[in-house]
Amino acid sequence: MWETSPVNRTWIVIPMYNEGTVVADVIRGLLPVFPYVVCVDDGSSDKSAQIAREAGAVVVQHPINLGQGAALQTGIEYALQDPKLGCIVTFDADGQHKVSDAFEMASRVLSDEADIVLGSRFLDDRTKLSPMKRIVLKTAALQSKLSTGLDLTDAHNGLRAFNPYVARNINLTQNRMAHASELVNRLATMKPRYVEHPVEIIYTDYSKAKGQSLLNSVNILAELFLR
Amino acid sequence: MLIVIQLILVLAVVLVAMILMRGGSNARHLAIRRLMLMVFTFVAALSIFFPQMLTTVAGWFGIGRGTDLVLYGVVVWLLIFMATTYQRFRQTEISLTKLSRRIAIDETPRVWETDGK
Repeated sequence: MWETSPVNRTWIVIPMYNEGTVVADVIRGLLPVFPYVVCVDDGSSDKSAQIAREAGAVVVQHPINLGQGAALQTGIEYALQDPKLGCIVTFDADGQHKVSDAFEMASRVLSDEADIVLGSRFLDDRTKLSPMKRIVLKTAALQSKLSTGLDLTDAHNGLRAFNPYVARNINLTQNRMAHASELVNRLATMKPRYVEHPVEIIYTDYSKAKGQSLLNSVNILAELFLR
Repeated sequence: MLIVIQLILVLAVVLVAMILMRGGSNARHLAIRRLMLMVFTFVAALSIFFPQMLTTVAGWFGIGRGTDLVLYGVVVWLLIFMATTYQRFRQTEISLTKLSRRIAIDETPRVWETDGK
């Protein structure tokens, strides 16, 4: 399916914190398409790191828990060391993203159509959302549109693909959940060529239990304003 | 009159907090903090010997009692303390993150150098 071009290598970056029960399946699903997968283990207390390594991913281990934003930045910096890097795809460890979406997005970056391709669950009707969750995500999107001027429909989607130019300039400093908004703010100043790509989010019971609660949007806002 | 002094105090808080927040801990800010501490010590010592003095000073600002003046001062100090502590905590967190990241990346094999692809 995927002819690994020698100069344009794609790295999948997976931030991971106590995801031992699901991450192996996620990695096994990715490897046939993307041979280069790096999992950033954010100080998990379970065996996530070992499981991910056995499943065939490169594992970068934070010595202490720092947060998802910090883990993403670490994965990006690891991949940037690869001189043949052509594209980085950020992917969630809980199995809510589809490999085929990631593949299409990486292709759009590698074909130089855009510097960054952002996944959005609102561009088609594949993703089933609860009305409340829809309202929260729409509000977050509106907030980022008003503050940055970027018209993104789904700023808090974890599936993104971008080229080394964007990767070098992202530089996330918000360690916890506000990193998604921080990323949009960075894009607003960086002004890369960006497009949105329709993706499906698969809400399993696991990802529902693990995912951000609605109350967490309060934390996101607070972290953003108290920079 | 009270509302005026309250507004002035709030403005003072915001201003000082912003100044202290922006510079971090360079020599100038350290000197300012030490000067403020010296002034504070001097005033505190004076007020022990002349308790009426605080009430007099409070009267200039239209505040009833010296105790209230001290209370307002404490509120101002607390807010400044919160703002600077938050900033310092944030800086520490950023340093800690960079350190952890460096350790994590250095410990990880660079697979592209060994797999021959």
